[in-house]
Amino acid sequence: MATETLGHAWALDWMERARAAVSAERIALIDLDRAIGDGDHGENMDRGFTAVTAKLATQAPGSPGEVLKTAATTLMSTVGGAAGPLYGTAFLRASKAAGDALDGDGVAALLDAAVEGIQARGKAEPGEKTMVDAWVPAARAAREAAADGPVAALRAAAEAAATGAAETEPMVATKGRASYLGQRSAGHRDPGAQSTALLLQAAAEAAEAQ
Amino acid sequence: MAAVRTGLVVVSHSAKLAEGVVEVAGQMAPEVPLRPAGGTDDGGIGTSFELVDAAVTDLLAVDGIDGVVVVTDLGSATMTAESVLEMLEGAVADTVTLADGPLVEGAVAAAVSAQGGADRAAVAHAVTEAGATFGAGRTTASPEPATGADEVAQDADALAQDFVLVNEVGLHARPAATLARLVTGFDATVTVNGVDGASVLALMALGLGKGETIHVTASGPQAAEAMDAVADSVADGFGEGVATN
Repeated sequence: MATETLGHAWALDWMERARAAVSAERIALIDLDRAIGDGDHGENMDRGFTAVTAKLATQAPGSPGEVLKTAATTLMSTVGGAAGPLYGTAFLRASKAAGDALDGDGVAALLDAAVEGIQARGKAEPGEKTMVDAWVPAARAAREAAADGPVAALRAAAEAAATGAAETEPMVATKGRASYLGQRSAGHRDPGAQSTALLLQAAAEAAEAQ
Repeated sequence: MAAVRTGLVVVSHSAKLAEGVVEVAGQMAPEVPLRPAGGTDDGGIGTSFELVDAAVTDLLAVDGIDGVVVVTDLGSATMTAESVLEMLEGAVADTVTLADGPLVEGAVAAAVSAQGGADRAAVAHAVTEAGATFGAGRTTASPEPATGADEVAQDADALAQDFVLVNEVGLHARPAATLARLVTGFDATVTVNGVDGASVLALMALGLGKGETIHVTASGPQAAEAMDAVADSVADGFGEGVATN
């Protein structure tokens, strides 16, 4: 527990690990989305985060906020469908909350801001089988673990997001494209919740590597 | 007529749909800068943050334009437009409005309103009002708050006059647009058969054909000028005989 705060190096590593994760899981995300959506989520996320890391490689961001703002604008422009504006807004709000260095409370505030952005944009509530089902418990877990520092807060968030994503499987979608399927959406994990779990796992791993 | 000061961005999942809506609205409002922002960056079905952002930025650079109204079709198009607005910073952020209403009707109503010199708030209001026309001609005075009644409140001191429609097709789309933007240019409240004379959709919904009589009222500082202009326009067949683009 040596790391007291997380800075831009963590944020850059987070984005690199996020790119690697969505690239590795591209086919799995496509399969999830094909079951209850339009099958493009894996492709879109892979393209988006590849663009994010390429853009960051041309910059020298000096704070987590700058890293996340670049991620936000790039994701909005390169990820199609609803995921682009949703993740873009999440990272944009997170960038405003991030500041220069994050302690445990800072991590919790960053995730709270991301959740607020997603809910403002997507108007979804927990239980509707969307990425909100991963984000909301993640932010709550980070808040509860904030006193233990930023690494612990992100680890708690990652685990809560993974659990939240798994819990979308039996849900019947009432928001987003999967809601068109009604009862037939049950039995499939929500691809947006799954990609959220991947991103927060990447954030935790990057923190642990600092 | 007041100078055009508000531009319109049409956001759709389809580039063709956005272009088509711009084409229709443009015919009714030839001087209003309209920008389609449809499809993804590579021409697929979806919406593009960059295309919407570029359209908004482009309009704000047009001479005389001090406001932009954005209309959208479905779910993620609205999210994309909201994201563009959220990314706008400083003074620019206060010059763009995302309006909630039906795409085609809203764009047409907005364009006609903008052609008459309406500001951003009034143009956005026209989009919102367009949704009400699905209930067969239901409308409220624009841009004042809704009266809660089907008909525009009648001013007891209003001027009133009847006219017979002389043009071949009556108050169909283009004549209705001509009349609506004419009315918008005056500091006056004009009603036609009880509906808002500044609303192209309300006028169209009246479904009036050649030979039918319209009952026009006008109130406000420029009531007389507005009434004279309406009289001239009706007599002229709303310019139907004059070639337009």
